[in-house]
Amino acid sequence: MQCDICGKKKATVHLTEIVDEQMSEMHLCEECARQKSVQMEQQFGLADLLAGLSQAAPTTKETKEGALKCAGCGLNYEDFRKFGRLGCSQCYVSFSEHLAGLLRKIHGSNRHLGKAPYAFKAQVPAAVGTSAALLPSDNLEDLKKQLHGAIAAEDFEKAATLRDKIRALENS
Amino acid sequence: MKIEEFLTHTSEWLKGTGPSANIVMSSRIRLARNLAKAPFPSRSTKKDLETTLTQVEKALGHIPFLKGAAFFRMNELDQVDRQLLVERHLMSHEHASNPDGKGLLVSVEEIVSIMINEEDHLRIQVMLSGLNLTKSWDIINTIDDTLSKEIDFAFLEDWGYLTSCPTNTGTAMRGSVMMHLPALVMTKQINKVLAAISKLSFASRGFYGEGTQASGNFYQISNQVSLGHSELDIIQNINGLIRQVIEQEEQARQALLLQNRPMLEDKICRCWGLLKTARIISSQEAIELFSMVRLGIDTGILKDVSHKAVNELFIMIQPAHLQKIEAKKLNAFERDTKRAAVIRQKLVPRLD
Repeated sequence: MQCDICGKKKATVHLTEIVDEQMSEMHLCEECARQKSVQMEQQFGLADLLAGLSQAAPTTKETKEGALKCAGCGLNYEDFRKFGRLGCSQCYVSFSEHLAGLLRKIHGSNRHLGKAPYAFKAQVPAAVGTSAALLPSDNLEDLKKQLHGAIAAEDFEKAATLRDKIRALENS
Repeated sequence: MKIEEFLTHTSEWLKGTGPSANIVMSSRIRLARNLAKAPFPSRSTKKDLETTLTQVEKALGHIPFLKGAAFFRMNELDQVDRQLLVERHLMSHEHASNPDGKGLLVSVEEIVSIMINEEDHLRIQVMLSGLNLTKSWDIINTIDDTLSKEIDFAFLEDWGYLTSCPTNTGTAMRGSVMMHLPALVMTKQINKVLAAISKLSFASRGFYGEGTQASGNFYQISNQVSLGHSELDIIQNINGLIRQVIEQEEQARQALLLQNRPMLEDKICRCWGLLKTARIISSQEAIELFSMVRLGIDTGILKDVSHKAVNELFIMIQPAHLQKIEAKKLNAFERDTKRAAVIRQKLVPRLD
């Protein structure tokens, strides 16, 4: 099989793209495949996606933003927008205002509900379990009604929080 | 451990055991972790990378589950050796192509592998055969807990584990399941299934990982979102989705058998014949034939071959493996010839 692009060399790379449920196939030689993959990275790079996302987020200090730098590693916020990679853990603190919106856009939430490192667990015992119990309306029926309301209103983030509260209560 | 020893070992995830192993080839969980006080690898100097590598290697030595594991420094391996580790799904292309300051730990049976200084300081992976995410999680969770007593991980209460790319922040966990879905492809339902999967924020990729096409009817399905759900919630969601896909694939297989068993038998047996007799074969063709042979085993049409044998071939027919078996560099044509020979040797019982 000959390469679909140059039509000269033997096709050794086979690419299937699915766009809007339509499947298309390409058969390429190694050289053309390499060029094609560079093109694709340029077209659909994560950096672009991130840049697009952070542009969509409300930018409060438009003029200052370019000069925003991480106090830890010195990464420019502008470079993060270009390449989509943070430089150190401190970046999360230095860019927290921007990242809060970005994380919500990517994940649909910006609150961690997973595990914590050993040392952290030792410092803050049972943090998740108690917070639900301390809320004023910890009546299971109330919470369930609120959950149905939130689902009906398509407020899924609120629904998820309510679901977790209900679970915590049911398990306590 | 020498790289050559991999050629005579079968990774646990290829053994074809575990729940739903007829449709689910393997399950994998990956956690990303970073050191709180070192810059991420992309912004590290050579010296930073070396310090991290030494510190992490030492900490890994204290983990009971990793006793007897092999440790490789990437710049001490040649290009083919590194490629072989990629082909075994133990590390990424990125880890192989830029070896300075990078390390890799591989546990016994290749259940655990840990990349050091890839995009994040640690990328821990656990891979098991069949639909086995929960067990994979138990293993990786224990390793992570033990490590976190020795290494101060980058973590914020609100945002969880901090990663180089914000798409991984939070649990920094990716669970993925490799599925073999030939009947959904043959009955032309696969695009519908894949579209539904992507609407639910799950990604699908080909057998050979990120950026590869779905070949031989293999699809890797994984979660996209890592923040806002607990690890077990994410795993439960993936399991729920995978069970539905398994059910659809099983129904499609039943339908194929009921409607046109002779056609299916003919197709499968022809593929089986080709594999056992071909003298020159590309990896693309081989993978497509393996897919049909797997379906033949699952439907009882083929009886003289095991999942394990076919699964092993998937790995062995790749370029670096073929070159290691032959112990010399091979060009594309020589590889196609060697590939056919390796397949025949595995599938045809010797006469002598």
